[in-house]
Amino acid sequence: MIKKFTLRINKKSQTVEADENMPLLWVLRDVLDLKGTKYGCGVGSCGACTVHLNGIAVRSCQLPISALANQNITTIEGLAEKGDHPVQKAWLDVDVAQCGYCQSGQIMSAAALLKSNPHPSEVDIDNFMSGNICRCGTYTRIKKAIQQAASK
Amino acid sequence: MKKTDTTYSRRSFLKVSSLSGGGLMLGISWLASAKPEATLAALNIEPTWQELTSYIKITPENVIKIFSPNPEFGQNVMTSLPMLIAEELDVDFKSIVVEQASYNPALFSRQFTGGSQSIRSAWKLLRTAGASARQMILTAASQAWNVPVSELTTSKGRVKHAASGKSASYGSFSTAASKLPVPKDIVLKANKGFRLLGTPQKNVEGPKIVHGQPLFGMDYKEAGMLIAMTERPPAFGMRLKSFDATAAKKMPGIVDVFTIQVYEPTQKLAMFDTRSFNEVIAVVGKTTWDVMNARKKLNVVWENAPDTKEIMNNRETIVPAGLESTSKHYADMLAMDKKPGRVERKDGEPEKAFEAAKHVIERTYTAPFLAHNIMEPTNTFAHFQGNKVRFVAPIQGPDFIANTIAMRLGIPKENIEIQLARMGGGFGRRAYGHYMVEAALISKQANAPIKLVYSREDDVSGGIYRPTYQLTYRAAFDENKRLTAMHIKGGGIPESPLHANRFPAGALDNYLAESWFIPSNITVGAFRAPRSNFNAAAEQSFLDEVSEYMGKDPIAFRLELLQRAKDNPVGKNNDYDASRYMGVLELVRDKSGWGKPENANKKRGVSAYFCHNSYAAQVIDLRVKDGQVIVDHVTSAVDCGVVVNPEGAKNMAEGAAIDGIGNALFGNLSFTDGRTDQKNFDTYRMIRHNEAPKKIDVHFVANETDPTGLGEPPFPPIFGAMANALYKATGKRLYKQPFGNQIG
Repeated sequence: MIKKFTLRINKKSQTVEADENMPLLWVLRDVLDLKGTKYGCGVGSCGACTVHLNGIAVRSCQLPISALANQNITTIEGLAEKGDHPVQKAWLDVDVAQCGYCQSGQIMSAAALLKSNPHPSEVDIDNFMSGNICRCGTYTRIKKAIQQAASK
Repeated sequence: MKKTDTTYSRRSFLKVSSLSGGGLMLGISWLASAKPEATLAALNIEPTWQELTSYIKITPENVIKIFSPNPEFGQNVMTSLPMLIAEELDVDFKSIVVEQASYNPALFSRQFTGGSQSIRSAWKLLRTAGASARQMILTAASQAWNVPVSELTTSKGRVKHAASGKSASYGSFSTAASKLPVPKDIVLKANKGFRLLGTPQKNVEGPKIVHGQPLFGMDYKEAGMLIAMTERPPAFGMRLKSFDATAAKKMPGIVDVFTIQVYEPTQKLAMFDTRSFNEVIAVVGKTTWDVMNARKKLNVVWENAPDTKEIMNNRETIVPAGLESTSKHYADMLAMDKKPGRVERKDGEPEKAFEAAKHVIERTYTAPFLAHNIMEPTNTFAHFQGNKVRFVAPIQGPDFIANTIAMRLGIPKENIEIQLARMGGGFGRRAYGHYMVEAALISKQANAPIKLVYSREDDVSGGIYRPTYQLTYRAAFDENKRLTAMHIKGGGIPESPLHANRFPAGALDNYLAESWFIPSNITVGAFRAPRSNFNAAAEQSFLDEVSEYMGKDPIAFRLELLQRAKDNPVGKNNDYDASRYMGVLELVRDKSGWGKPENANKKRGVSAYFCHNSYAAQVIDLRVKDGQVIVDHVTSAVDCGVVVNPEGAKNMAEGAAIDGIGNALFGNLSFTDGRTDQKNFDTYRMIRHNEAPKKIDVHFVANETDPTGLGEPPFPPIFGAMANALYKATGKRLYKQPFGNQIG
C-alpha cells in the first residue's frame, strides 16, 4: 500500500510516498536519487547496498521503508560532510578501486567496523567484511586501506 | 628522441578545429589502430584510413582536458590512456581533466574494451596525439616570440625561452596553435626519456568512486525516464507460448507490458550478437520496485522450443532443442573423448611414440560453466525518437552493437548516439550488447525514455557464460623416464578450448592436438581470457604431474622445455616467445625464493601461461585447515612489456589472482533441465574477504618491449598454481573444477 513516510537520511528529514514494502535501497535510488547506494543482488548477499542505520551497517535491500521512521540513515553521500572520512581518504591513498561498483558498500561496511572496533585485527576485518563481494578482487587493498584508516 | 615509424607519421593526419571561444581541439586520425604494427607492415599497401581520434582541449586559461576514448570497466584505462597523451604533451598529469569520450566512430577507432588490447593499440597513437599538440604549441610560441623553435623547451604545460627568460602557458598559445598546419613528422620520446610513464598514478575516477557519485549506467536518470525489465523463459530450450498481463498491468506504477523480438528471425548476426532468448516480455513502470513486483503477477505459459536456425557470422547454425543438464554434459564430454577428434596439429610421429612408450600418463580435466557476475547487473538507458536512438550504456564494444541496432531498428548507424557509462565490471559479459537492442525496442514501443535493468537473477540465469570444457592430456615416456610425446584432446559445450599452437607445442618432437565440440542451446561468450582460463589450469597441472614423474623440479622442467622451444623449435606456428615465457618463470622463481631451503616445507605450486601477447607466472603458498583453504602468499611475475601505470597494473594483477583463486575454488554454474541451479549470490559462491590471499606480490619484467596485454594474462595461470599447491597440501591431485568442495 502506498503511504507517506518521513525518513531521516544524512541528517536531513525527507518525506517520501511509496509502497510500504519498498526496500530502502529503491527508495534511495529511484525516489530520492541517492545513487551511491548500489543494487547488487537484492537478497542481502553482496553488500553493495550497505548503509548505516543508527550507525550500524545494514543491507538496504532488506529494509522495508515502513520500518525506518525516525531512524538515522546514513548513505555514502552523507558519510562525511566534506567527503573526507578517514576510510574514504585511505581508499584513495591505497588506490583501492578497480570498477568501483561495490566500493560504496565496502566503504560503508569499513566505516561501521571502525566505529565499533577502532583497531580491528586481520581476522576482525575478514569476518566483518566478508558480506561484501568484489569481483574485481580488490580485497587485499581494502584490508590495507582499513588498517591504514585505523592507524590514523 | 626518435621519429615514429614512417607507417604512422606519414600516413596519419590530424584534424584541427577551433573551439567556440578559442582554444585548440586536436583530433588525431588514424588507420584502425586495432591492427598491431606487424599487421600494418604486412599489408605493404596504402591502407584505407579509418578515423581514430582522441581529444586534447586546451583553453586560453590553460585548462587541459584529455578524453579517454575506450570504455572503462575497472582496467583503469581512464588513467593510463590519458597518461600516454600527457607524457608527450608534457603537462602535469595531476592538473589535467580527464573525461570519458562518447562513442563516435567518425572520430575514434577501436573503442573496444576486450582482448587486453587498449594500451597495446593506443601506445603510439595517443603519444603521437600528445606530441603533435606540443609541437603545434611550440610553433605558435616561436612565431609569437620571434625565436626559433629549437630554443624553446616545455615543462608542465608551459613554454620557456631560456635566453630571454620568457615563459607562458600552453593556453596562451592555444588559439594560434589551432590555426597551424599539423606537423608531418612527429617525434616521440625514447622510453628512457619518460617522466610520467612508468610512475604510479592513482585512478583519476577514485574521488568520484569513494563519494558514491552516479558514474554507472545503473545510476543514470533523466526526466520522464521509466524503468523496464524483461521476463524470459525459465530454462534454456524454452520459449514463450502465451501470456496474460492483466494482473501485472494493474500493479502500482506499471505503464505497459508487451513482448519484443530481440532479433528478426532472418537477421544476420555477428560475433557479439549473442543473446539467450529472442522473444521476451517487457514490463515498463515507474520504479524498479514497481516493475519487480509486477513481474511476479505475469501469467506466462512457456513451451519447449524446437531446433532453431540462426545465421551467425554468415554461417547457418542450428540451436538444438532440449532441456540440458550438467550431469549429462559431463557424460557427453567423456564420450567425445573416446571418439577421434579433429586434428588441429601434429608434429613428428606421436602415435608411434605412444606405441613404443614404456609408461603413459593420461589425465582428464574438466571445468564448469561460469557466470560473469559483473557486480553492476546488466542495464542500459535508451531513448528512441523518430528514427534516432540515444543510449547511456555500459558497453565494452559500442561499435559492434551499433551495427546490429541500426539493422534491427532500421535506422542509419549515424543516428545512434551512445554515451559510454563507467561499467561496474565487464569481464567479457558487456561485449554482448543485446540488452541495448532490447532497450531500444522497448523505448520505441513504450514511446518513452527507459532504463532497462536486469535483476541479479536475470543476470546469473540469463546466459552468455564461460563454456564448460574438458581436456585430456597424455604423455609418453621411454624406459629412462624421458618425455617422448604428448597428446592433447579437448572440447567443450559448445566450443573447444584448444590452442593447438601454444606451449608445450614447439618443445616436443612428437605432438598431437585434437579438438571436438558439442552443440548446445546454452549461450556462451568471452570470459576474462577466453579458453586460456581453462587451458592454463589443465596444462599447468599436467606439466606438474609429468615433472614429478620425471623427478624434476617443476620450474626447471618448464624452463628445459622452453629452452628447447627457443633453441630449436618444432613446427612453425608456435604462438609464443619462449624467451619471454622463460623470463617470467625465472622472475617468479627468484622472487618467491623457489627451491631455497627455508621454503622447503611450504605447500607451494607454480604455474605459467601465455595469452593476449603477455606472459605471467605465479607461485602460491597455501595451507588447508579444517577443510578451508588459506592462501598465505601469491607471488606473481608478469611480462606485459612497458608498464604504463605501475599502480593500476599491480592492482589489476592482484585482482586477477583473487578472481582466479575464487573461480578455481568456487566458480560453478550448473544446470538441471535447462535451468541454472544458481540464481543469485546466495547460491553462486564468490570468493570473499576471508578467502582472499593474505599477501600478494606482483613483479613486472623490466624491458622496453612495447606494451602487450595486462587485463587477462595474469588470470589463467592462477588456476594451475592453485591445483599444484593444493596437491602439495593435500597429497591429492584435483582434476575437476571447482576444487573447493573436494578438499578436507
